[in-house]
Formats: sequence, C-alpha cells, structure tokens
Amino acid sequence: MSAVSTQPRRVRLPEPVARRPRKRWTRFVLPTYVMAFIAYLSFPIFIIILFSFNQTRGGFGTSPRVKTTWLGFTTEWYGRLFELPDLTASLRHSLTIGLLSALAATALGTLLGLALARYRFRGRGGTDFLIFLSIASPEIVLGAALASFFVALGVTRGLSTLFLSHTMFSIAFVAVTVRARAAGLDRSLEAAAMDLGATPVTAFFKVTLPLLFPGILAGFLLAFALSMDDFVISQFTQGPATMFPTWVFGSTRVGIPPHVFAFATIIFVTGATLALALALTQRRRT
Amino acid sequence: MIWLLVLFVVPMFAMASLSLQEGTSLEGFRQTFRFANFTDAIADNGAFLVRSLRNGVIVTVAALLIAYPVAYWIAFYGGRFKSVFLFLLLLPFFISFVIRTVAWSFILSDDGIVLGTLKTIGLLPEGYHVLGTTFAVIAGITYNLVPFTILPLYVSLEQIDRSLVEAAKDLYSNRTQTFLKVVFPLSLPGVFAAVLLTSIPAIGDYVNAAVLGNFAPGTSMIGNVIQAEFLRNRDYPEGAALAFVLMAVMVIGAVIYARVLGTERITEG
Amino acid sequence: MNDKPVPFGDPAWMRGMTRRRISRRELFRYAGAGAGALGLSSILAACGVGGEEQATGPTPGGEGSADWWAQQQAGDHINFTNWPAYIDRDLSIDGPGSRPSLFAFIQETGIDVTYRADINSNEEFYATIRPALESGQDTGHDIIVITNGQELTEMIQLGYLIELDPTRRPNFDANVGAPFKDPAYDPGNKYTMAWQSGMTGIAYNTKFVDEEITTLEQMLNPKYAGHVGMFNNTADAQNLAMIEMGINPETSTPDDWQKAADFLQRFNDSGVLRGWFDQAYLTAIENEDLWVTMAWSGDIINDKLYFPEFATFEFTALDNGAVVWVDNCCIPNHAANPVGAMMLMDWYYDPTYAAMLTEWNAYVSPVPAGGEIVQADADKAKGANKEVLQTIATSPFVFPTPELEANLYNYRVLEGDEIEQWNDLFNPIFIS
Repeated sequence: MSAVSTQPRRVRLPEPVARRPRKRWTRFVLPTYVMAFIAYLSFPIFIIILFSFNQTRGGFGTSPRVKTTWLGFTTEWYGRLFELPDLTASLRHSLTIGLLSALAATALGTLLGLALARYRFRGRGGTDFLIFLSIASPEIVLGAALASFFVALGVTRGLSTLFLSHTMFSIAFVAVTVRARAAGLDRSLEAAAMDLGATPVTAFFKVTLPLLFPGILAGFLLAFALSMDDFVISQFTQGPATMFPTWVFGSTRVGIPPHVFAFATIIFVTGATLALALALTQRRRT
Repeated sequence: MIWLLVLFVVPMFAMASLSLQEGTSLEGFRQTFRFANFTDAIADNGAFLVRSLRNGVIVTVAALLIAYPVAYWIAFYGGRFKSVFLFLLLLPFFISFVIRTVAWSFILSDDGIVLGTLKTIGLLPEGYHVLGTTFAVIAGITYNLVPFTILPLYVSLEQIDRSLVEAAKDLYSNRTQTFLKVVFPLSLPGVFAAVLLTSIPAIGDYVNAAVLGNFAPGTSMIGNVIQAEFLRNRDYPEGAALAFVLMAVMVIGAVIYARVLGTERITEG
Repeated sequence: MNDKPVPFGDPAWMRGMTRRRISRRELFRYAGAGAGALGLSSILAACGVGGEEQATGPTPGGEGSADWWAQQQAGDHINFTNWPAYIDRDLSIDGPGSRPSLFAFIQETGIDVTYRADINSNEEFYATIRPALESGQDTGHDIIVITNGQELTEMIQLGYLIELDPTRRPNFDANVGAPFKDPAYDPGNKYTMAWQSGMTGIAYNTKFVDEEITTLEQMLNPKYAGHVGMFNNTADAQNLAMIEMGINPETSTPDDWQKAADFLQRFNDSGVLRGWFDQAYLTAIENEDLWVTMAWSGDIINDKLYFPEFATFEFTALDNGAVVWVDNCCIPNHAANPVGAMMLMDWYYDPTYAAMLTEWNAYVSPVPAGGEIVQADADKAKGANKEVLQTIATSPFVFPTPELEANLYNYRVLEGDEIEQWNDLFNPIFIS
C-alpha cells in the first residue's frame, strides 16, 4: 500500500477521464454481450420448444420423427407424452439416478472437500492426486474402466451400477467446488463463533455450513447436471436399463421422436419457473 | 474416500490389466503383459491424438474468451441477481447434452432453419453443409462445455475481495489496469480450473464428433476411436491401452500447464 | 491455494519457477502408489476378459437341450428387439394395432410383446449385450435379429445363443424356403431362423442426381461432394468394393482385401464423403444430407413407395452385382421367455404374416408361400395400393430374378486369424 509520508506532498491528479466511455462499457456493451450470450446458449432450447409444436409424420414406418421444416402447429405431442414406454422409462431412470447420485455425491464430496481444505492428514497428497485423476480422466476412460471392473466382478449391470458410477465421478467435482469455496472462507468466523460459546458442531452447522452453502449448492447442481447429462459412462455401465441421453442418442439413428422435444421443453419450463421463483425470493430477502 | 478408492482406483487397475492383454474377443483375452500394445496403439492412432489435442486447445481458448466477460460481468455487476443469471445460464444444460447436440445437428442440418433459409435467399450454394465438418464438431464441443468454463471463473471472480479493486481505483488505476493487474491475476485459479474442466472433456469427447461430425473423414477424435475399439471392434486391450495413453497425455499436459501458471501444487485449487 | 498474482519478470519468481517442484516426500508417496499399483495389477492379471467359453452345444440338461426345453413354459411377455423399418406398419393406427402382424400374434396368444427397433448396427448392439452374456445374465431381450456376419458367427461359437427346439417350429419346417434352410453360417438352423433377407446396393435421390448411379466409382464425383455416404460395418462396404472391382468376395484373398481397402480409402481422400454410416444413413438421405449412398434394398423401396416425399429415391445394384445378406432371429442366453420367443419367431413363417411383412418392408421373404400371397394381392389390389403392390411384386430386389441372382454374392466368411486381419485392414478407414 502507499507509504504514508510525514510531509504533505503535492499530488498531481490525473486528468479526469470522461465518465461516459467507462460507463458505456459496463452499462451497455457487457450486459448486451451477456444477454446475447444467454440467447446463444438458449437458442437450441428455443428450437426444441418450437419444434415440439411442429406437426410431423412418421418416417419410414415407425413412430413419428421430427422434421426439419415447419409443417404446422400442434400440441398433440404433449398429449401423447407417455406413448413411447421406452422413452418414459429412460427418463425415469435418468431422474432417479440423477437425484440420488447427486445427493450421495454432495454429501460425500462436501466432507471430502472440507477435509481437504482444512486439515492435513495422511494420504492427503494421494487423495489430491486421486481427485485430480478422477477429473482429469476423460469420461471414456472412466467408462471403459468401470465396465471392465463390473464385468470382472460379475456384477449385474443395471441401475445400481449406474448409481455407483455416477456418484463416483460426481464426488470429485463436488469436492473440488466445495474446497474452493472453503479455502476462501475466513476461519476466524468459526473461531469467533466458538469464542461466543458454540461447540465445534454447532459452529459447523450454524457458521461454516451456511457460509459454505453456495459452494455446496453449486456442487449439488453440478453433480445433478453431470448425472443427467452423462452419456458416455452410462453407455458403458448401464446394462439393459437405458438412460435418457442414451435413448436419445440411439434414436438419432432413425430420427428423433417429437416426444423427446416435448419432454425437453417441459424440463426447461420447470427449470425456468424455479429460476423465477428464486429471483422472487431473492428480491424479498434483499 | 473409500468410495473413490473402490470405484476409481480399482477399475483403473482393471483397465490397466486389460491394456496389457492380447487376443481377440472370440478366443478370449490372455494376460501377457504385452507392452507393445501401447506402442501399437500410438502408432496406429497418433493422428487422432494430435487432432484431439488441437481441437481441445481451440475449444478451450474459444470457451475462455467467450465465457470470461460473462463471468466477470455477473460476478461484479450482477448484484442481487447473480444466482438468477447463473441459473439462466445453466438452465439449457439441464437438458442432457446429447439432446442439445442433437438439437444443433437439427439446426445445422442441410435444409434446416439456418442453412435452409440462407440457401433459399441465395447466400449459400445448394450443396453447402456444416455438419460433417471439423467446424461443426468444435462449435458443438465449445457450446457444450462453456458452462464448465463459466462456473469456475465465476466462483473465483466472485470471491475476489472488492476492497482490493477499490484500492486499485484509489491508486488512480483506470479500469483496464485494474482488470489486468488486480482482477485477472486474482482470478487465475479460476482460469486454471476452467481450463482443466474444459480442455479435458473436450479432448476426450466423442459424442459431438459422432452426432455433428458423423464420422466424416477428418472429424473423428480419439474418443471415437476408443469407443469404437470397445463397443464396435471389441478389441478391448487396444481400447484400454489407448485410453491409458490418453489419460497419461492429459495428466502430463496438466502438470506442465500448472508449472507455467506458477501454481505450486497442481492438486490445490 | 496460491492467490498471489503472477509476477512475470520478477527474478524471485523466475527462481521459483525453475526450482524443483516435487519434494522428496511427494516423490516417495507417488512412487509408493505406483508400486502398489503394480502389485495390484499382477493380482488382476489373473482376471482377463472372458471369451474362453467355447461351446459345442448345451450341456446335458443345460439351457437349450431337449430336456430343458421340455420344462419351459411360455411366459406372458416377450421382448422383441429388431432393426428399424423391419416390421409391417399401418400408418393410420396408433398404438399396438399399428403393427398388424404383431398385433395378431398378441391377440391370438395373449402374450404381450414389447417391440423395440433398437438395433442400428450389429457391432454396436452385440457390444451392448456382450457384457451380460459374458457374465451369464439375462440381456433383457428374448428375440434379437442379427445379420449373418462376424458377430453372429462369434455369438454362435461362444455359445451365447440358446439352441432352438426343433419341435416348436412347425410353420418354419413347413414353409421355409430352400436358401434359408440349413444355411452355411448355421447348419441345421440350430440357433437361428431367418427374418428377412436383403441386398446392399446404391441409393440415390433423383432430386439431386441426374444420372443413374450403378458403380461406386460414380459416387466419387466431386459434384456430390459432401453428400455421399458409405457403410461402416464389418461387411457391406468391403464386400461391395470387391464386387465393384470384379472380384468374387466369397473367394477373395487378403490381396483382394488390400485392393478393396485402397479403393475405399479413396472415399476418405477425395473429400466427397459425408460420413461412414450405419442405419443412420436412412435418416440422412431422408433429410437430404445425402444424395447418393450405399443402402439396403428394402429401406429405400419402402420409403419410395409409402412416403410421397421420398418418391424420388432409387435403389440399384452395382453393374457387377450386389451383396446379399440374411437377418436372423435368435434367442440370447438366459432369455426370460424362450418359449414365447420361439412361438413368435415361428409365427412369421405363416405365409399370411410373412406376406404382410414383405408387402410393407420390401425385403426378401424366407417364406416362398408368403411371396405367392404378395403376388396374388398385387393382382387383386385396386387404385394406388395396386401400384405399390405391383412394384413390390415385380421388384427384382424382393423377388430376385435369375439374372440378378447370378450376380448376388454372400459376405466373405472369415475364420480364425482372417478376422483380425480383415478388421485391422478395414477398421481404420471408417474412423479417420
């Protein structure tokens, strides 16, 4: 920081720069860019929503497939949502595994992340390395390894192996996220709490956890998104039970059924509603 | 931790052992510690490795350039709506990335919304196509991985002590200087994490190459080769060896990268 | 976490950069982990990935034997997994009735059928069920349909298919056509019953293509750059390339394969190729991503006849001939309802239903009597339907003429080391 001199010095102030150019950057350019960026991210979603209302006919004699041209407006696909039992089943699998594995991964990963950020214990370097490897490995490597592993053990491939696999690769991500957050935490807050009479456990729950919460939440969301998203590892470990992404990938061979788009739209709308609700509660809090 | 051990380390060993075996899927595989598997794998598939690395670099750079301003703006100017913006950003990604990639192949299809319109107007020749080109693959991977870039950037940007920024302003630094000398360096751990989280899936990706590239000559990546070895050719040892090589390359790359960035231990942050 | 900003150019920093990073302790730790890794891996060396089971038939009393079959009861549900566009469809109906032949079976026997058109390539499908087969578990499918290629041969040799009960297929015994009885790839039909047979040739969309395309060489025309498709499976492109060059694939030698490989590589180098496809080629040509492509006969004929927007499709064989293959129904090990599976497989050897299949999907039927019904229906039909059925009844690809038959070739049968040689030669072409 600047040294405080004992003598008053005459300081030459720089010419005041015109305020407007600076303001323009943050007022207009950046926000526009961010909005454009969000639009770009959402563009496929809009297309999906749009074409979920598109009329279509069956391609080569199987159930209806989405066409690239606009044929007409219809809401029939929403009425026929559960028409394809395989699609519905795969969606159910995905949601179940997603939630369960995200919960498990968050619980385990938070503890791990916290431990890594705070404590020096034996095997810490090894754990660091493992976590790093776990993230560093491409999914395909993990998938192949898990597949070989399950086969060697003769374990039935199915939802349980899927759950294990998904939890496994999510733990590392959650741990890293939580650790980043925990490392930035001011430990004196905890110490202060304990000075004020809180037991370490209380301090943990009332001070640390709430402070960590954004990190934990981010970790949970990340784990859930990773699991819902996951295609490669699922492809290697799923056995007869299909997950939603795997089903969709398979269907690209013969054309996407419009039900997929309808489902995707519903997922999106649900999420958007949640976001809106979040915004409202946010507003109320501040 | 035991979880990680069981579910990660042991399968890795299973794969390691696989990679040293030889045989065909018909006759069964015997463990022969055939290290030549590794050299064979590299010799046959070196071009894909290089191509994947190249694609990974392009994707990472592009993603960083695209994502950094967004993360910056949300972290510094998002105000109370930070979580909302983040949610909005992540919202499209609640739909699995296979569907998003498929949606892009839909959008970019030869007679689809984008190309079809342009062709009708006459801006593009009739036979023009985007799918099946490396451009489509890279664009697809970038699109899919951008949230992985944004999140770490945002987390580290958000944590920067605002008083440091203000102090810089007090010292008559203008906005650019503040950014270059204070904000950006402080966000480097986030950049580091972002690069890792982006480049690694990018290099190992095969879905984008499969859906958007359609195995057109020149678009397939190392992930496609590994997947094909495992799921099509059933040449498990070669697939396992290749997967190991890939992982080794990435680990080495990450270590080198960590050196350059000056982080003392790669495993921290 | 190192939060300090990076002081480029600072001498102290430069010193730090060049300092040794891994402390001795870390080195030992990692080395220890590595040693442990080697130790564990030697333990795991004992575990290979199976494939050792060489089956010579069911063990006495085991799955597939006569005793075992005698004990089996029909279940109330069948999982039938097939290729797309391979079963008859009534487009005007939604729901179970939309597949009339299957619906008839369900109504007649009361057994529910889950029909999945999930198979898009033999290799990929086999790879997905292989792990279950290896560990002796139910794959979740009762009937699967596999082409007579490497994968089917491997499944038979490894004993992954249940031996069929010869007493449970009366329709088959009565009605099967001679070429499909006792085929070379499955003597005595121990494991398979043919579903349909078809040909691999060339399809093109006359909307974009002015000429008649009858050679692969014509596909290399730069006019079609970016809109040419080829197959990426273990048999079609390779055998067809040899036919193009006038080589009989059935008796080809490794030198011939090299020539075929060189020819196929030209597709990679020329820049005309859109991609190497499996079943997805059909969606691609329908979307007009592909203008000319290798194709399977029935897919194209069905599209052309039943969907007005695809009326511009054409299917041809090469000048020198075409490849002919057979898709076969078989039952994977530990299937949940083998009796039901056999009932369903045999159901389609009833000429009525065989005819229904052919009238829709325009492939070669293994049931000659079914073919006769198709011809009769074509004569009787009226209006637009008449044209469709007449086209099918007179198509050389559904009812092969002697001229065509003389130029139809089966896949090259590969044995032992040849398989590896073939795959090592051709697989790199498909992923480049």
